[in-house]
Amino acid sequence: MREAIQLVSLWAIPVLLVVIPLYGLARGVKVYEVFVDGAKEGFDVAIRIIPFLVAILVAIGMFRGSGAMDLLTAWLAPVLGAVGLPPELFPLAVLRSLTGSGSLALTTDIVKTYGPDSLLARTAATLYGSSETTFYVLAVYFGSVGVKKSRHAVPAALLADLVALIASVAVCRWLFA
Amino acid sequence: MLNYIWFGLMAAALVVAGLSGRPAEVTKGAIDSARTAVEISIGLVGVMALWLGVMRIAEASGLIKAVARVISPLLRLLFPEVPREHPAMGAIVMNLSANVLGLSNAATPLGIKAMEELQALNPRPDTATNSMVMFMAINTASVQLVPATMIGVLAAAGSQAPTAIIGATLVAGAIGTTAAIAATRLLQPFYSRGPERPADPGSPATPAEAVPAEENERA
Repeated sequence: MREAIQLVSLWAIPVLLVVIPLYGLARGVKVYEVFVDGAKEGFDVAIRIIPFLVAILVAIGMFRGSGAMDLLTAWLAPVLGAVGLPPELFPLAVLRSLTGSGSLALTTDIVKTYGPDSLLARTAATLYGSSETTFYVLAVYFGSVGVKKSRHAVPAALLADLVALIASVAVCRWLFA
Repeated sequence: MLNYIWFGLMAAALVVAGLSGRPAEVTKGAIDSARTAVEISIGLVGVMALWLGVMRIAEASGLIKAVARVISPLLRLLFPEVPREHPAMGAIVMNLSANVLGLSNAATPLGIKAMEELQALNPRPDTATNSMVMFMAINTASVQLVPATMIGVLAAAGSQAPTAIIGATLVAGAIGTTAAIAATRLLQPFYSRGPERPADPGSPATPAEAVPAEENERA
């Protein structure tokens, strides 16, 4: 099972990079031109996130530099340690459902601070990739049709976010520790 | 909300720096982080360009429709209230397929279309239907074939194996989505829709009004 999952990680990119253009060619798509056209957007996406990253990373950098982050994780360690959540991931776990750009910045900060191949960085990246900005999604979709009574949507989504958090920590510890 | 968190982090840094005597570290933290933010963003350009290029091919070749064909029998089980041939079903399937492929630009308009179609089936337009809540729960969870942004961030930070997280993300995402579906089904009986026609304003509280006002949490 573990080997199978690692095999997927290893082969996903090379296989998709061939299979998708192959499918495109079979459907008569001008794959090279379409690729270049889509790739142009990569620059825009990366540039667009700079202001968000600067804002959040500077605030986190100050928080960390002052020693406040160490205090926070030291306080949280006994509680979170008991449930198996690394205290360094706590801010990300809380903000993931609230802000997409903010949690992207927090993940980037963890990757930079603990090293991109550390268990913490991989867990943070897995957490980011396996969940969504729940409140943004709910606001956009319910807002678009004017539904005001969302019933069990919020509790169900938050319950699922909690499970995704636990799953990210557990799966990464199983695969990478 | 974010306004307070953002300001709170910086204010807390100043207070703690005053107590611990570390103003220089706070300054360094601010300046270094600003530089890191730009370095990471620029480092993301390559991976994002590569992936968005490939995804444009996927879009142009109708891969969303192909994925939709594969997952639609499964989805019919999750949306028993939506008639088989109703346009809502098509929009839901297309939106979820686009999400799996990581095509968020295509997914959002498809999702809004799905909500509009579901709303057309809704006898009480201010209250979410079971199908809407199920659709939202699956959308707030995430199963992504390739978490391109995270691969880009890890690569920009100099990772030796930035794609190692693909498998982990798929497994964690699948578990989260399963939990979202299960939680929706389990909670459904406790959140009644109330009578199918809007209640008379003068009548006493209906079951629908007894539902906790979860909307407040979104603010």
